[in-house]
Amino acid sequence: MENTKLDQYIKQLAEIADAPGKACYDLKASGKNLVGWVAPYAPEEIVYAAGAIPVGLWGGQVELKKARTYLPPFACSIMQSIMEGEATGVYDILSAVLIPAPCDTLKCFGQKWKGSCPAIPFVHPQNRKLDCAVDFLAGQYEMIRKKLEEILSVEITDEALADAIAVYNDCRYAVREFTEVAADYPQIITPTVRHQILKAAMFMDKKDYTVIIKGITHELRKMKPQEWGGKKVIVTGITLEPTDLLQIFEEFSVAVVGDDLAQESRQFRTDVVYYGSPIRSLAKQWQNHRACSLAFDPYKERVSYLSRLARATKADGVIIALMKFCDPEEYDVPIIMEEMEKEGIPLLTIEIDQQSNSYEQIKTRIQSFVESME
Amino acid sequence: MLDVINDSMTSKEMLDILVAKNMEDARQAKKNGGLVCWSSSIAPCEFMEAMDIYTVYPENHVVGIAARKGAPELLEYAERKGYNNDICGYARANLAYMDVQHCVSEEMPLPDVVFFCNNICETLVKWYENLAKELNVPCICIDVPFNQGDTVTEENIRYVEAQFKQVIAQLEDLTGRPFNYEKFYEVQKIAAQNANDWYDATMMCAATPSPLNGFNMFNYMALIVCMRGREECGVTFRKLKQELQEMVDKGESGLKGAEEKYRIMWDGIACWPYLSHTYKVLKNLGCNMVGSTYPSAWALRYTPGNMYELAKAYTSMGNNLSLKGQIDLRENIIKETKCDGVVMHMNRSCKMCDFLQYEVGQKLQEDLNIPITTFDGDQADPRNYSKAQYETRIEALVEMMADR
Ligand code: SF4
Ligand code: SF4
Repeated sequence: MENTKLDQYIKQLAEIADAPGKACYDLKASGKNLVGWVAPYAPEEIVYAAGAIPVGLWGGQVELKKARTYLPPFACSIMQSIMEGEATGVYDILSAVLIPAPCDTLKCFGQKWKGSCPAIPFVHPQNRKLDCAVDFLAGQYEMIRKKLEEILSVEITDEALADAIAVYNDCRYAVREFTEVAADYPQIITPTVRHQILKAAMFMDKKDYTVIIKGITHELRKMKPQEWGGKKVIVTGITLEPTDLLQIFEEFSVAVVGDDLAQESRQFRTDVVYYGSPIRSLAKQWQNHRACSLAFDPYKERVSYLSRLARATKADGVIIALMKFCDPEEYDVPIIMEEMEKEGIPLLTIEIDQQSNSYEQIKTRIQSFVESME
Repeated sequence: MLDVINDSMTSKEMLDILVAKNMEDARQAKKNGGLVCWSSSIAPCEFMEAMDIYTVYPENHVVGIAARKGAPELLEYAERKGYNNDICGYARANLAYMDVQHCVSEEMPLPDVVFFCNNICETLVKWYENLAKELNVPCICIDVPFNQGDTVTEENIRYVEAQFKQVIAQLEDLTGRPFNYEKFYEVQKIAAQNANDWYDATMMCAATPSPLNGFNMFNYMALIVCMRGREECGVTFRKLKQELQEMVDKGESGLKGAEEKYRIMWDGIACWPYLSHTYKVLKNLGCNMVGSTYPSAWALRYTPGNMYELAKAYTSMGNNLSLKGQIDLRENIIKETKCDGVVMHMNRSCKMCDFLQYEVGQKLQEDLNIPITTFDGDQADPRNYSKAQYETRIEALVEMMADR
C-alpha cells in the first residue's frame, strides 16, 4: 500500500532525528535562539515562551576522550556522552542549558557544566504530592524564567507562557494519539521509525512538529491494519537507541507497541493543567507526573503501570532498556521482575551503553527472548 | 538508659555498651508491640524520638556487617534478586537483609515505618521506595533540595520546614496519638547539645599531635548516627573530649605506637571491609588522619523549638552543598586540622561522593597547593578494593608530602 504523504512526513522527522546537530544549525540559521536541557525533564514551555527553541540533550554514540578526566568510568552512559559533548564544544550553539537534578549524577552535573553557555541548574522537589512542593517548584521555575529573560534579553510574559502551554498540551495529545494508532501499524511504524518520529520532537519547534505528527496519524488511519506475525513488546527505561539496536528488533520481528521511556512517552504522558498561574500550572505537572523512576513514589506505580500497559496493548512481553550505570532505573528492576513474574508477562533486560556499538550480545538475548515467547 | 553508663567508665566502655544496647532495645521494642523505624543517617530523628518510635539505621547496620566481613553474602543475594552491583553497597546489603533477616552482626528488627532525608544523596529516594513497597509500610520523606547556588536559600529552607507538618501528620496517623510537642522540644534540646558535643570532641583532632585518629573516630560515629536524640550520647562525647584533652596535655598522639609525621584529610566514606588495612598502611608511614567531613556532618546546630533553624540545619549538610560549598568546607577542614595531604576515596558505591572529586581536587591543589591522592574502593563491597593500589598511592602521597 503506497502513501507518499506519509512517507514524506516520516522522512522529514527521521532526517531530523538522525542528524540533530544539523537540525539545530538550521534552526539557529533561521534566527532562533536555542536553549538546551539535559535529560530527563525540564520546563520546555518557559524556553518556548521566551521565543527560543528548547533542545533536549540525550547524549549519543561518542567515543570518550575528555569526559574521562571529569567523570569516573561508572557514571551513567548518557551523562558520559553529554560530558564529552560539553568538553568538545558540541553545545556551543546553545544560549543556555537547563540542568535538572533528580539523581546524584545530575546533582553533580549541574555543578560541573563545561560548555561555553551559562548553565541553569534547578531541582524538582521529590516530596511531590504536597502543596509546598508545588510552591517550591514554582519558585524554581520563576528563577529559570528570570535567568532566561536576562540571558536572552526578552520578557517572558504570562501570556506567552499560557500560549506555550497550549502549544505543548496540543503536542502531547497528538503524540499520545500517534503512539496509540501506530501500534496497529507495526509494518510501517517499525521500532526505528517510531523512535525517529518521537525523537524529532526534541529538535523542532513544537508547533511544526505537531502538524506533522497529526498528519502521520491521519495518514495511518486511512490504511487498513495488517495482521502482525511477529511479537509485540512494551519498552521501558531512559532511552532505547540507536537505530542499529532498534534494527535488531526488526530483524526478529519485534514490534514496539507502547513505551515507558523517559525520552519518549514519559515526555508527553502528563498534560499541564490550569492551576492558578502559568508557572504554577507547570509546577503542578510534576505533581501529576506518575509511574516514573525519577519521581518519588513509595507505591511504585511504574510497576503496575507497566503490566497494565502490556495488557492494554496486547503486548507479548516487556523489555527493560537499562541505561548503563543509571541507579534510579536499576533500583526498579527487581521490583519489575517480581511483578512481571506474578503477572506472567515475559521480561527481558538489555543494557544501553552509548559508548559501545557492538550489539552481538543484545542480539542473542533478543533472539532467545523471542524464542522463549513462542 | 542513662543508668547503664556512668562517669567512672571510659568513653570507649560507654560506646560499646550503648551500641550493643541500642539494637537490643529495638528488638525488645518490636517484641513488645512498639513501633520500629528504619531511618537514613542524617534525617531529623527528633520527630521519631518525640513519638517513642524506636529508630535504627540501615547504613550503620551495614557498616557493622561490612566491618565484620559479612557483606558479600548479602550483596550476592541482592544481585541474584536483580540488584545491579552498581547500586550503593549500603542499599544493596540492606535490601538483601530485609529479605533474609540474618547477618554476621547484630540482628535488626524489621520496620513499621521507613524515614529518609535526601540531604546526603538521592539514592535514598529509590532505596526507601523499595523498602516501603516490599514491606508495605509507610514511607516518610523529608525532601531537601540540593543547594545549586552557593548559599542555602530561603526557598529551600521554607520548603523543608513546610514538610515538617506533613511528617507530624503522618506520625499521628501511624501511631493514632497526637504529636508529643513537649517531648519534641526536649529531644531537640538534647540533640542540639549532642551535636555540639560531637563536634567539640571530634575537632580535638586539630591539636598537634592529634590525640584522636580518624579511624578511631569512625567507631564513635555509631553513636551520633544512632542515638543523636539520647542524652547518653552527649555524656559519652563529653567524656571522650575529656580523655582527649588529657592526651593533649601530655602531648600524646592518637596513632598508637607511631609518631605523627604527617596529617592527612580523608575525603569520603571509610572502606569498612578493609578498615584495618587502610589504617595500618597510613600509620606505618606516620600518617594520622585528622581531617574529615564527619565532625561537621552531624554538627546540626539550631535553637530548640525553632523549626526554621531545624530545617536549615538539615538543608546545609556537606553533601548537599554546591561545588563551591563543598570546596570551602574542605578548605576549612584542611586549615583547621592542619593537614599536609589529602586522600580521596573513589568509592564505587557512592556517586555523590565521587562525581565532584575531580573539580574539588583541582581547586584544593590550586588554592592550598596541597598534595592529593585517590584510590579505588568501596564502603561495603570488598571486590572493589586493591591493597596493592592503596599502598602505592599512599606511598606516593607521603613522598609528595615529604617534598613539600
Ligand atoms: S543516572 Fe539515570 S537518571 Fe541520572 S542522569 Fe544518568 S541516566 Fe539520567
Ligand atoms: S553511601 Fe552514598 S549513595 Fe549510599 S547512602 Fe550514603 S550517601 Fe547515599
